[in-house]
Amino acid sequence: MPKVKFDILESTCVPLPYENVDTDQIIPARFLSATSRQGFGDNLFRDWRYAKTGEKNNEFILNNPDFSGKILVAGKNFGSGSSREHAVWAIFDYGFKAVVSSFFADIFMNNALNNGLLPIVISDDLLKKLTTLVQNNPNTKVKIDLEKQTFTILSTGDSVKFAINPYKKECLLKGLDDIDFLLSIKSLITGFENNKSLTK
Amino acid sequence: MKSKTLFDKIWDSHVVRSIEDGPDVLYIDRHYIHEVTSPQAFNGLKERGIPVFRPGKTIATADHNIPTKNQHLPILDELSRNQVERLSENCRKYGIELFGLNHPKNGIVHVIGPELGYTLPGMIIVCGDSHTSTHGAFGTIAFGIGTSEVEMVLAAQCVLQPKPKKMRITLDGELHKGVTSKDIIMYIISEISASGATGYFVEYCGSAIRSLSMEGRMTICNMSIEMGARGGLIAPDETTFDYLKKIQAIPGIDDLKSSINEWKKLRSDTDAVFDRDLKFDAGLIKPMITYGTNPGMGMAIDDSIPLSDENGNNASSSFLKSLDYMGFKPGMKLLGHPVDFVFLGSCTNGRIEDFRAFAQVIKGRKKAENITALIVPGSKKVEEQLAAEGLTELYKSAGFEVRQPGCSSCLAMNEDKIPRGKYAVSTSNRNFEGRQGPGSRTLLASPLTAAAAAITGRITDPRDFINENQKVKK
Repeated sequence: MPKVKFDILESTCVPLPYENVDTDQIIPARFLSATSRQGFGDNLFRDWRYAKTGEKNNEFILNNPDFSGKILVAGKNFGSGSSREHAVWAIFDYGFKAVVSSFFADIFMNNALNNGLLPIVISDDLLKKLTTLVQNNPNTKVKIDLEKQTFTILSTGDSVKFAINPYKKECLLKGLDDIDFLLSIKSLITGFENNKSLTK
Repeated sequence: MKSKTLFDKIWDSHVVRSIEDGPDVLYIDRHYIHEVTSPQAFNGLKERGIPVFRPGKTIATADHNIPTKNQHLPILDELSRNQVERLSENCRKYGIELFGLNHPKNGIVHVIGPELGYTLPGMIIVCGDSHTSTHGAFGTIAFGIGTSEVEMVLAAQCVLQPKPKKMRITLDGELHKGVTSKDIIMYIISEISASGATGYFVEYCGSAIRSLSMEGRMTICNMSIEMGARGGLIAPDETTFDYLKKIQAIPGIDDLKSSINEWKKLRSDTDAVFDRDLKFDAGLIKPMITYGTNPGMGMAIDDSIPLSDENGNNASSSFLKSLDYMGFKPGMKLLGHPVDFVFLGSCTNGRIEDFRAFAQVIKGRKKAENITALIVPGSKKVEEQLAAEGLTELYKSAGFEVRQPGCSSCLAMNEDKIPRGKYAVSTSNRNFEGRQGPGSRTLLASPLTAAAAAITGRITDPRDFINENQKVKK
């Protein structure tokens, strides 16, 4: 697991206002055959980014030079479906540091947090407002402050507090890793095994 | 003592430590791995220079990217071959039992786990695959994890998980003929949407659930993830114990009788409280089919595509984008619509009962000429059983070729891809855009409905093929 720190992010956004974007869209299964974590960004949203002929689909947002930034503004129920962590690796590898939605699938949320990609849940209304703002003005900037847990649209001053598990927040702020933590409590785990009549 | 749900009982007994305001450290009894989501986890161990903590608790298989023809030959695709070889190397190096390609017990991870007796009531089971929920059919907490978490389990036999909320889904009433467990779960998902159970772990109850075989229950639990639930479970009962008694040797269990006596205690207390309680009537369920690009977009096979999405939002770009991808229009009927491919298999419907159900429809009939059929058993054992029951022959005489086991066209990592624009009636679990190959159009359905389409070449109500007196798989 890469050790990534997250504190304050100020960036423009890329809008992708579709609901139920599943991990098969984020990274199609035929690109899962690699054995490292790198390089998946090239195939992020592959079948939307490229036409069947292999040429770039100019209508897709990632191919629109007007839009760029480290924040992906997604639609409701983002990251549903397969548990493939490759989806998070692809988004991160492409250059996004945060994903905003009104609703995330559970496994995607865990995977994102485990890789330093910050998933931020905001209300449906604010998501709609932000999406429209960004679509109308690609220079719209957002500031994310993890320590304060604030999410602010700089041009309008809309600012909300977002929720994050305090343990995960600590991990992201300090660049800590769950495995280091688990290894540090190994005697506790062994003790648990000894106390419980476990099925072998 | 405070009354508890079955989920609480199993979860709480596996908590090694609760982190204040954080997730629980959960002990994992069984860890299944496969070639696609494990290599990066093993790389992580190597980089840290640490061993696998409890190699005896991890079981491996190759299933996701393997071919379903000529498995004795080297895998043609270099990347896939490399992944399968890496799995073998890692298992050898770390002392993990591997049911790899060409092993007599090879198969889809969620088919062989139960088949070989590794999945047992009361356990917590994880795997880097979202359909790990399948194992909940045995009264286990089973859920899919990401690769970072696979690494955690390999390193420390634990994962860090926030405890989900609890939902109870009760299904009472009698199922009609031609309605299978696949239709039940597709009906429930269509009622509550593809995200209706996100944040929850589901317990399935009620007489219609109790009436199901273990294989039927696995189909239900398998698709729990398709409504967003992390998993679903069913309290073990005599059906569960009878299934386990038929397994030759259950690893780690010497005295099955006394284990069964323990497992009998695995049920929710009668006054246990669930965060959400839903009830459905089995009598209202008809054979189901999907019309869109997520499993929540399903309807009774004789119904019309709705005019709007579940929020009444007819101009919703997501809803119309989805129908457009499928080549359908709001309000359209699907019965009689031509089909190009039929896929029988996957961790949802790749077990012997699924193949018997399909056989019941195709027996004495011929595959339609316009149909390309992919008939893929879930494991070597299912493949053997098909031959032993004469079903391989029956399929052959009806014009169907039985392939070798694997995940196959469910996610099309191998060459079993549905071509662009073609329609496939598929017994798998996901109808996402491009799931079965770039541009493929998936219509999820039960094995009976898939068989009916394979015979007529069109979307067909399977009840047209089923004799009132015939016993069908639930």
